[in-house]
Amino acid sequence: MPNSNFFTPSIGRCYSKNQTMPQIFKRPTNAISRLTIFGGVFVVAAVAWGWASVVYSPFVSGEWTPFDQPVPFSHEHHAGGIGIDCRYCHTTVEVSPFAGIPPTATCMNCHKQIWRDSDMLEPVRASLSENRPIRWNRVNNLPDFVYFDHSIHVSKGVGCETCHGRVDMMPLTWKHSDMHMQWCLECHRHPEHYLRPRDQVFTMGWKPPMDQDTLGRRLVTEYHIEPAFKLTNCSICHR
Amino acid sequence: MGDQNTVAVYTPPAERPYPGPHWITEKIGSLVLTPHTPIEWIVVFGAVFTGTLVLLFAIVWLLYSGIGIWGVNIPVAWGFAIVNFVWWIGIGHAGTLISAILLLLHQAWRQSINRFAEAMTLFAVTCAGLFPLIHLGRPWFFYWIAPYPNTMGLWPQWRSPLVWDMFAVGTYFTISLVFWYIGLIPDLATFRDRAKHRLTQVVYGMMAMGWRGSAYHWQQYEEAYLLLAGLATPLVVSVHTVVSFDFTIAIIPGWHSTIFPPYFVAGAIYSGFAMVLTLAIPLRKIYRLQEFITMRHLDNMAKLMLATGIIVTYSYIDEAFIAFYSGNPYERYEIVNRLFGLYGWMYWLLVATNLVIPQLMWSSRARKSVAAIFLVALSVDLGMWLERFVIVVVSLHRDFLPSAWNMYYATIWDWATLLGSIALFVTLFLLFFRFFPPISIFEMKKILHKPEVSARA
Amino acid sequence: MEHRRDLPIQWRSLDPKTPDPRAPMPSQLGDVNRREFLSLMAASLALAGVEGCTAPATVPEKIVPYVQAPEDVLPGRPLHFATAMPFAGYGVGLIVKSHEGRPIKVEGNPRHSASLGATDVFAQASILDLYDPDRAKSVTNRGAISTFGAFVSALSPRLEELQSRDGAGLRFLSGRITSPSEGALIDAILRRFPKADWHQYEPVNDDNARAGSRMAFGRYVDSVYHLDRADVIVSLDSDFLYWGPAHLRHTRDFAARRVFNPADGSGRGMNRLYVLESTPTVTGFKADHRISMSPSKIGELTTAIASRLGVAGAPGQELNEQWFEPMMRDLKSHGSSSIVIAGETQPPFVHALVHAINEKLGNTGHTVEYMEPVEMRPVEQFASLRELAQAMQSGQVDTLIMLDVNPSYSAPADLEFSKNLENVKLRVSHSLYYDETAAACHWHVPKHHYLETWGDVRAYDGSVSIVQPLIVPLYETKSSHEFLSIFLGNPTRSNYDLVREFWVGQYKGEEFESFWEQSLQEGVVQNIALSDPLPASLEASPYRARASRPASPLTRGRITSTTAWTYSPPREGETASAASGGGQFRTPQAPPGPGNLDVLFRPDASVYDGSFANNAWLKELQHPLTHLTWDNAVLIGPKTAHDLHANSEDMVDLVVNGRQITGAVWVIPGQPENVVTVHLGWGRKVSGRNGMERGFNAYALRTSDNPWHATGGRIRKRGEKYKLATTRDHHVTEGRHMVRHMTVDDYAKDAGLIQRETHQPKPDQTMYPAYENIDYAWGMSVDLSRCVGCNACIVACQAENNVPTVGKNEVARGREMHWMRIDTYFEGPAAEPDAYFQPMFCQHCETAPCEYVCPVEATTHSAEGINEMTYNRCIGTRYCSNNCPYKVRRFNFFQYAAWDIPSLKLLYNPDVTVRSRGVMEKCTYCIQRINRTRIDALKADRKIQDGEVLTACQQACPANALVFGNLLDENSRVRKLKSEPRNYGVLAEYNTRPRTTYLAALKNPNPEIAGFETAQHNNG
Repeated sequence: MPNSNFFTPSIGRCYSKNQTMPQIFKRPTNAISRLTIFGGVFVVAAVAWGWASVVYSPFVSGEWTPFDQPVPFSHEHHAGGIGIDCRYCHTTVEVSPFAGIPPTATCMNCHKQIWRDSDMLEPVRASLSENRPIRWNRVNNLPDFVYFDHSIHVSKGVGCETCHGRVDMMPLTWKHSDMHMQWCLECHRHPEHYLRPRDQVFTMGWKPPMDQDTLGRRLVTEYHIEPAFKLTNCSICHR
Repeated sequence: MGDQNTVAVYTPPAERPYPGPHWITEKIGSLVLTPHTPIEWIVVFGAVFTGTLVLLFAIVWLLYSGIGIWGVNIPVAWGFAIVNFVWWIGIGHAGTLISAILLLLHQAWRQSINRFAEAMTLFAVTCAGLFPLIHLGRPWFFYWIAPYPNTMGLWPQWRSPLVWDMFAVGTYFTISLVFWYIGLIPDLATFRDRAKHRLTQVVYGMMAMGWRGSAYHWQQYEEAYLLLAGLATPLVVSVHTVVSFDFTIAIIPGWHSTIFPPYFVAGAIYSGFAMVLTLAIPLRKIYRLQEFITMRHLDNMAKLMLATGIIVTYSYIDEAFIAFYSGNPYERYEIVNRLFGLYGWMYWLLVATNLVIPQLMWSSRARKSVAAIFLVALSVDLGMWLERFVIVVVSLHRDFLPSAWNMYYATIWDWATLLGSIALFVTLFLLFFRFFPPISIFEMKKILHKPEVSARA
Repeated sequence: MEHRRDLPIQWRSLDPKTPDPRAPMPSQLGDVNRREFLSLMAASLALAGVEGCTAPATVPEKIVPYVQAPEDVLPGRPLHFATAMPFAGYGVGLIVKSHEGRPIKVEGNPRHSASLGATDVFAQASILDLYDPDRAKSVTNRGAISTFGAFVSALSPRLEELQSRDGAGLRFLSGRITSPSEGALIDAILRRFPKADWHQYEPVNDDNARAGSRMAFGRYVDSVYHLDRADVIVSLDSDFLYWGPAHLRHTRDFAARRVFNPADGSGRGMNRLYVLESTPTVTGFKADHRISMSPSKIGELTTAIASRLGVAGAPGQELNEQWFEPMMRDLKSHGSSSIVIAGETQPPFVHALVHAINEKLGNTGHTVEYMEPVEMRPVEQFASLRELAQAMQSGQVDTLIMLDVNPSYSAPADLEFSKNLENVKLRVSHSLYYDETAAACHWHVPKHHYLETWGDVRAYDGSVSIVQPLIVPLYETKSSHEFLSIFLGNPTRSNYDLVREFWVGQYKGEEFESFWEQSLQEGVVQNIALSDPLPASLEASPYRARASRPASPLTRGRITSTTAWTYSPPREGETASAASGGGQFRTPQAPPGPGNLDVLFRPDASVYDGSFANNAWLKELQHPLTHLTWDNAVLIGPKTAHDLHANSEDMVDLVVNGRQITGAVWVIPGQPENVVTVHLGWGRKVSGRNGMERGFNAYALRTSDNPWHATGGRIRKRGEKYKLATTRDHHVTEGRHMVRHMTVDDYAKDAGLIQRETHQPKPDQTMYPAYENIDYAWGMSVDLSRCVGCNACIVACQAENNVPTVGKNEVARGREMHWMRIDTYFEGPAAEPDAYFQPMFCQHCETAPCEYVCPVEATTHSAEGINEMTYNRCIGTRYCSNNCPYKVRRFNFFQYAAWDIPSLKLLYNPDVTVRSRGVMEKCTYCIQRINRTRIDALKADRKIQDGEVLTACQQACPANALVFGNLLDENSRVRKLKSEPRNYGVLAEYNTRPRTTYLAALKNPNPEIAGFETAQHNNG
């Protein structure tokens, strides 16, 4: 078949003296080449999946890891065990964007009497006597371009627990939620899934007495929660 | 042999007749499969590679210190970067046009230039793609333009032409790449078989993807090639249409105009052919390819240039007319400012290079002079860049409120990036010429052996 | 601000054991080293969120609580304190916002007569000086760092010696002092050193007015003008809207009368302003009739007015100008509700004549009132300084104490102050910055910033404010009280004790505590019986209650000028500045011409007399008329420029009898022929990094006998160019209607004209559905009749929104970052242009062109109609700016915000993100203020009240030109204003539907003159 013969581009043969030319690739190469073609798809998929799982993982968002602190303060003991109200220490949570970290004086209110000379509390006493503040490690930290206001959330029936989890079960405090923007938006889009009565805001382990959504919808109207298309405006959190 | 297509692609020197297919393989193959590199190649490559390093440095410095190193300001927030982007994208149009549209139109003469025209397209789009990225204030977040699931729960803003751009340019690049590569496969196989050195054999072998040239291969190949041609054809129109949306969607006088899509496409093809010629003419000399890239090719491309050039001219006139016809004071002022404003000299230079000089191509004598064609091509390359500058910068620097008007002065870094991108383009092109068959071997043989085949192709 | 939302919280912590609500941390700063303090501050900022568009740090951030929580402080919520800013000696009442102990923003105190809630550029920018890293930080001895102790011990032997000879050779040099307690201290010192002497010198002073009042009344009196009562105002080269201790009050009262009063269709509700001036001023460009004339003409004109009104003793003077007769008729027909004001720069006889003119017109006691000078010891200051210079020359001075003055830089050239200073054996300077004078002194003792100090100060009308500190001093500085008390032998007295004791001494009523607390809280000392040595007029000062008009004119301070008035040409031996007042009677000099130019010296609109030389906000602030930044220039008119073949940015030598300076020319429309204006305060030699070597020093040409106006100036071109950075290079309207204006008479005839001229597409003419607004639809109205172009809004915006400065080169490249600008457009001939000011900032379009082009939704539309800008989402394509027809968006081409200067971090408003490089920014309608108020309202389950949210620009505006509010509220002020027929949107024809709309500028020209003006325009 001269035609196809002509069209065969391996014209090299015509020039080479010996009619048989050595194979460049061994037979298995075919398998390999096929593998690479189809395998490529899987490789790409795998990389994408791996990357995503890292980005979404606590490894990046940093929840579930207790932070070391200059004083090993245990919410489990104080909030859970003794049952001190959140607001005893976080005084400004209802009035200010910032929930407030208790001044040394607050600690000493009790620890003047109890555990007066435990070594654990030495830094606290030192802080008071030397008038130097305790420098805690920050657990829940939003980027500086996010303007979160505790007071409004608390007053509209968002429980401490909803974002911070069962603090009363944390020996050392850790971050409870990934606090990705997605996570914020979820609640700003569907507040009814998360709201609780105002008097339950500071309760730990609160269970809705009825179906959460019916309650939520009631609270949304009762507390004049603004509609989602307003709560999801950029300027609600970013300025 | 007397068939005009044949004449088009190949004119043997008077002293000897057409020596037959083997000779073509020999001739083109030897350009690549040889240890000897032409001295011109080495010199030019050295020069442009240095230029590429300059580009690299300019970009590193840009990323380090911010786009403030450029001349952009408020109101002229887009400067050289966008001008260059549009210019390069435009240049990228010739390749697809030649390989796809001319293929479908049975213009067989295309076959000796389509290969490197396609390559040129790829490299032009590569250069073009660079600018939208580096012109960002925060380039490291460029991927936010793409729709992908993210922790912010956000999507791109679909009404923005920049998002459309990303898709248009991306598609264009991919299709062109595949198109070009598939066209290469049979020739790569040829090289594989002709290569003496083991390494060369393996490399070309891998790229040839096991092409054996069986009838089955050929059938698959022809179908795929035709399909891709079909796919690529609308892209020729779509890409620059979408690019022109970047301007028409805005309300700025001088941007907000419905004539832009056709006008940009014509302009793109215009600059594309200019660039093909700018490259073809020196290369056919250096590599002695006059037999393949014949006067007939130059003549045809010159005519195409002339035709598209006239469309562009029409657009300029139309723009001015509509501005006055609209009765919109801002549009009117914009045109007056474009013609007689502080950047007026640029507009007139643009008219000279883009409209006046190319009229030379009416005369067949000029079209027979390689030098003349080359000069016209260069002038159009420049002219089309000026056109984009006039559109982008001159429209912005005086828009609505006189209090906000300001001038734009390019800095050394603007120039470094522009010239650097040209250097990068030529670098890639030289590499291509050194390692790939610059002219489609099998197509040449096919058409020479059986003219009527090409009529079917 | 009627509601008491910003009720300042008074200062409580007198007991050192209880922590100080204003201190960043409870420990006394003295024993914390600076770096630690700053790092702690930085930490507290970190939680306040100033660090901008960065992802959260991977290393845990520190969170630093108090040891003892101070009373009143709720972390995350600002406190407001009332205090007062001394400016050129006079007080402006302020309310300062403090975040966790950092004062970050000043606002005007509505209860204070000189502010009424408004502020000027200097008050707004003064907060930057507090955190200025270039401030003098410690005592220096001949430039070497030393301590206060060392200074005291070095001084005390000298003091003993001085005391032995009753203080002969001891001199004090201060600026204008109105502070009662400071005055009392100086008096005490002078009692201790009887032979010592106290000189006063302000480079920009009112000597001429002083001399004038003495000529008129035989004694010094201060004039108080009530512009709100004036129908016709004639300004004789007076820039009363921009300068002077009462300019904020003037602007507010003036603007209150720039409104069309529908009650009487003729527009009589609106005042009419004639400005006859020798160089363009803000006031001049607001005038209904601005007539520019050469400086010497003003004297003749005044005499002409006086003789026309038959003022006794005024020499006959005729003036045949077409506008003169109509103006006189206007004045006479509005007798007693008119007012004639002479500029501080005018010679004494003009002031004297003007007193008589106002008396003749029956304005005295109605629109003009007189009172005892507010200063502790009013003197004619050039004379006072000359006296000192001569004393130094003749070696009579061996100890010179300089209190917050910089004479080495600002003294008139003819006194050769620096040279004479060499003869003084001990030279001490006490000032905020290490300046030229400090460098020439043996000792420099840095001074508290007014936000760090206790003190008191009097306003132009005599009302007293207590200056209370907002923050514990940042550096090793001393207050002027502490410094002065050294000379009374007790260097350790605390600033607080000194001030408080003084007032305890003054107070005659019972329970001082409540008086004290109320005075601090109100920001104005309450109206109670005070004993000497305070001048009686203190209690009689008008505007006692907040923002209320005085029931009756001044009684005790009042002097009826009729009895006192006799006109006398100045005698020999009259003080120099009075002698200069004889100008009109001098032998006529060579007529002005290119070879004999009148050279005028004026304070600079941004650096004043040079004391703000290192303030980047002011340096980068566009000059209200020239829009120059970072430089001063030799200002000449177009005709003169043509005669001299000099263009803008040409370097020239300006020579005035032997002395010369070199500067760049700037051609300014409206400048009379052959008049050169130079602004003082530039070309500093010793200052901070922003102050050095910018512009030229005009003091080098100034002489003490003619401080405002020199003749015989010549300009020599040098043939070089000098790049001047201006924020605007195009001042003509190109026939476009951004600024709409009409005369009040036309408006009365046909109010609908503006509406008809504006082509506003119908609501359905858009492809996108309209945004639904619930509860609130924010909008703003800008009254172009009121705006006087004083720039206060620009600096207020800068301070509120952490707007960075970019430096001269970047401004020159068109990259200034101000969210707000004031466009000045000129119409008519360049010689006599009409000017219009237009504040321009994000218009918050309902169909915003910027929004749909952003690929990443970084700029979006809020449910309340605000065009939001989300910096952290912005990737910097700059497409939005291209597509913004108003070009009000600003881009961070570099990292402009200062992240590396710790002290400046303290200044940032924690409620606003500090932008990083590569992001777009723009006006947000102060979204942070809206959000804060909305949250408070939501917590209280109520709606936001009208006027509860004030944007920074609106709050600062002395003219009340900007009104912000909710368009869905029928009763909101903004809604009412937008319903006026002169309401229009800029570029409305492009269907952007701006939320910020403008009220067309109304002018009230004298119909008899209008014809003349058009004629003049034609031949101009």
